[in-house]
Amino acid sequence: MDSVNNIPGEPAEKKNNTFRRRLAVFFTDLYKIHLFIVKFFKEAFLPPYEFKEIVRQCYEVGVRSLTLISVTGFIVGFIFAKQSRPSLATFGANSWLPRLVSIAIMRALAPLVTALICSGKVGSSIGAELGSMRVTEQIDAMEVSGTNPFKFLVCTRVLATTIAIPILATYTAFIGLLGGYLNVSLNEGISYTAFVDQFFQPLMFLDFTSSLIKSIVFGFTIGIVGCYQGYFSTKGTEGVGRAANGAVVTAMFLVFIEEVIIVQITSNFR
Amino acid sequence: MEKAHVKIDHTNTVIRIRGLEKAFEDYAVLRGIDLDLYQGENLVVLGRSGSGKSVLIKLISGLLKPDKGTIEVLGHDVTGISEKELQELRIRIGFSFQNSALYDSMTVCKNLEFPLVRNRKNITRKEINAAIENVLDAVGLSQYINQMPAELSGGQRKRIGIARTLILNPEIMLYDEPTAGLDPITCIEINDLINEVQQRYHTSSIIITHDLTCAKSTGDRIAMLLDGKFQRVGTFDEVFDTKDQRVKPFFDYNFIQ
Repeated sequence: MDSVNNIPGEPAEKKNNTFRRRLAVFFTDLYKIHLFIVKFFKEAFLPPYEFKEIVRQCYEVGVRSLTLISVTGFIVGFIFAKQSRPSLATFGANSWLPRLVSIAIMRALAPLVTALICSGKVGSSIGAELGSMRVTEQIDAMEVSGTNPFKFLVCTRVLATTIAIPILATYTAFIGLLGGYLNVSLNEGISYTAFVDQFFQPLMFLDFTSSLIKSIVFGFTIGIVGCYQGYFSTKGTEGVGRAANGAVVTAMFLVFIEEVIIVQITSNFR
Repeated sequence: MEKAHVKIDHTNTVIRIRGLEKAFEDYAVLRGIDLDLYQGENLVVLGRSGSGKSVLIKLISGLLKPDKGTIEVLGHDVTGISEKELQELRIRIGFSFQNSALYDSMTVCKNLEFPLVRNRKNITRKEINAAIENVLDAVGLSQYINQMPAELSGGQRKRIGIARTLILNPEIMLYDEPTAGLDPITCIEINDLINEVQQRYHTSSIIITHDLTCAKSTGDRIAMLLDGKFQRVGTFDEVFDTKDQRVKPFFDYNFIQ
């Protein structure tokens, strides 16, 4: 008798084949991603280096995301302080607010918010750009004109996100601090010097390093996922849309997974 | 414009293909291709859509790997050389894509400059400008130097695409459907340009098309690709002097309809 999960009329053997095929596709994709990452490490650190293009891409990733990051970072700091106040007030611990804001922003919010914003903005733009270059044969044109497209397009973009996103995360932390300060000073009337003093008090060296490592990992992930999706894009304009979408969804998902893993690892050192 | 006489060196084979086979999954596209391209010659490959014409030139330029057979380009076996050697060889081959494949984010000037600065390490600004001026003059589009590709018409994009390949002074030109999607007048202009390139740059070319007007006006030799093999090779008249029902409809559609 057919299992209850079987679609009526669909033979169990056919369903098994579909499942097997999907499983094969999944593992083939996994293997292709592995090869893609290995190729990145092989190509990125061998001459000729594309310094000019890396700087240009850093500008694209960093400067072009600055407005969005500024607004988001400020709101995150401001809202976090606002929402945390009532809980602390219950225990009469309002004076702990700068410390709470600092731990939340430095340890989690700054790298995570930056990574999520960049997954949407940078990841999708890399996926769409490379995808459209693939379907319009621009990548092939680059290859036949004696340029290594992987080095020029992929390595530069991945290195740019790996460099620019930690810098953006540091900037987000600073802007978040300003947002938090504004909220705290409006309600508690604390001075900026006192706020900054309390902000840095609970932070340890490990908080800065783990935040930096996290941002580097997030940056690399966003770059490699965006490039992979775009570089192997197929099926015309539909494929370009799929590449952009896939870049955002996959990068965001992986960012959360990495966040959990890194937090677990760093908590062992506290 | 009538095709001018060009000297073809039949003793110098620039591309030699033997027993070439290529399949995609279960579908065999090329089933044992043999081909010689001589120095200075324009060879037109005719065939139906999906017959493997574009696959053939992608195999020649190393964009695809064959399943079987050898492809010798300018004395190098494309199937057996390293990635670095292949990159060096590609500089000597110009590839004009069906949709021009111009870099969207760059102006015409930057599109032309790109292959030059990346392949000629010690080139000066003055030499770059002179080379750009020279190729734009060859394709007759000097006034479009600062335009973006999106601002150009289909014919202009094709010309700029050809100019971008010419900037490296290639010895071999591969044209993928050079007249596809163009109006008849622009087609004639592109055909004239292909002939002009052959004379001015002394290139040997493979022209992939299913446009017989293009084939007749540019080809020194025609090769008819049917069922994964070259069924007829010769001059235009030789190829179409047949009652073969797989070949005749091509001629009838283009010249009788």
